[in-house]
Amino acid sequence: MGKRVAKEVSIAIADAVKLARAEVIAAYPITPQTHIVEHLSELVANGELDAEYITVESEHSAISAALGAVATGARTFTSTSSQGLALMHEILFIAPALRLPVVMVVANRALSAPISIWNDHSDIMAQRDTGWIQLWAENGQEAVDLVIQAFRIAEDRNVMFPTIVNIDGFTLSHVIEPIELPDQEEVDAFLPAFKPKYKLDPRKPLTMGPVGIPEIYFEAKKAQDEAFKNTRRVILRVWKDWAQRFGREYHPVETYRTEDAEVVLLINGSLAETAMTAVDKMREQGKKVGLIRFRLWRPFPMQEFRKAVSKIPVLAVIDRALTPGGVGGPLGTEVRAALYNAARRPRVVNFIAGLGGRDITVEDFEEMADRAAFYLKKRPKEAYEMIGVRES
Amino acid sequence: MIEVRLHGRGGQGAVTSAELIAISAINQNKYAQAFPSFGPERRGAPVMAFVRVSEEKIRLREKVYNPDIVVVLDPSLPTIVNVTAGLKEDGWVILNSSKDEKTLREMLGGYKGKLAVVDATKIAMEVLGLPITNTTMLGAFLKATGLVDQKYLEEALEHRFGRLAEKNKAAMARAIEETKLYT
Repeated sequence: MGKRVAKEVSIAIADAVKLARAEVIAAYPITPQTHIVEHLSELVANGELDAEYITVESEHSAISAALGAVATGARTFTSTSSQGLALMHEILFIAPALRLPVVMVVANRALSAPISIWNDHSDIMAQRDTGWIQLWAENGQEAVDLVIQAFRIAEDRNVMFPTIVNIDGFTLSHVIEPIELPDQEEVDAFLPAFKPKYKLDPRKPLTMGPVGIPEIYFEAKKAQDEAFKNTRRVILRVWKDWAQRFGREYHPVETYRTEDAEVVLLINGSLAETAMTAVDKMREQGKKVGLIRFRLWRPFPMQEFRKAVSKIPVLAVIDRALTPGGVGGPLGTEVRAALYNAARRPRVVNFIAGLGGRDITVEDFEEMADRAAFYLKKRPKEAYEMIGVRES
Repeated sequence: MIEVRLHGRGGQGAVTSAELIAISAINQNKYAQAFPSFGPERRGAPVMAFVRVSEEKIRLREKVYNPDIVVVLDPSLPTIVNVTAGLKEDGWVILNSSKDEKTLREMLGGYKGKLAVVDATKIAMEVLGLPITNTTMLGAFLKATGLVDQKYLEEALEHRFGRLAEKNKAAMARAIEETKLYT
């Protein structure tokens, strides 16, 4: 059995990467991801982790080096935040198309301008369509578990897709909390060595990333899309195996006290825990409120999501990113689209909250649930409402 | 659940104090979390750090707005920061100061609640040779609240400070002796 320890979540993530026996790490430090890669560089430098740590001059190079490494068959990790993730953007599309299973932790942070080092989900929402598998952690334990799981999911021969684990910058990355780190033997038994079918090897030359002329590009993209959707089966199997080995369950869509709920809040990431406390408080007051959140964000768990909300009257989707001039936040827009043709669907109200490190308190969640309850009887007129922003 | 807010100046170790309290509580098999007031901290600027300690799993990621305990590492802070903001009615204010009770209560805007005072700067200078008051103030914190066991805090200090732990433990022990409680 693993050991319960008090650890900063970033340090625990680095330890999880070590437990996963990563062979190459290519990263460029950026707040609030810094502690993760600092600790990894220490582990490599002092010989605790037998890996190549590639220091690079930018995030664009970090992800490029990571792709080169994983293409040779090395288990590869990187991590970034915000502007660093934005700088990777060009290369992010290439990883899934070449089926290169890098694992990356994104310590979610706002995008400039104004310059903000604080937490929201603007960075990751801008990378929605790059084709990476995306997972969300709510606490340090989940961050550790998901990082280890991510290697097994990504590197499975029926998957072979890069995978992002999202953790909230600061509100998760910089918190010390109790975390159970699995033993090395337990991780070794769960996570086999990375053995890709094709890899770059001078003795057996092959080409990765040739031109896709009009006669083949479309078919290549369809194949990528089909393969991506099919990863679902492996993800579910990996979570089942994890639950059996470690006793902690993971589901594509996580629900909390949604039975008989009239209003259900939806928020991704660590603030879902604050939302749980708000739900408990409101339940004590007799309010029928629940919570759901996406564990798996890409590929979108359509089936599980529709099932989770089919009996809910009002769904309050809380976005932590803005789509300027759009029809809602990125999460709200996506959820509405997912439900449009569903036989049974809730009324959807979309809130934008917690941009650039603005706290979302228990009271804010209560306010959103109360406002959402107002829409049990009438349709929302606005595409979205902002919560916690000063008006004067 | 007990919530703690620590006020210090960048470099005095408020964040380290918060971490040591949480680590001790977790090693004592409780649930706890510690986190800084996230920001680009600068040496000398007022900073905050937060701790939550509970017998149950903590599901709360907001800042601490209504602390049970406030610890102030720097004697000059109560005049520029409202350190009692949001403090619960039966909460503790734990100050590093050489001033008397009456002066301090006036400085805190007529504060009538529980107060613990120690001249941590003096102790830190004498024992550590540095005006870094975080471990000394942990002694005052222990004496006033007993939120964690001294044994676990000492273990956490040993783990964090290595060969410097002995001096820090001595500073903490002296603060436990010298802290005055006004309730």
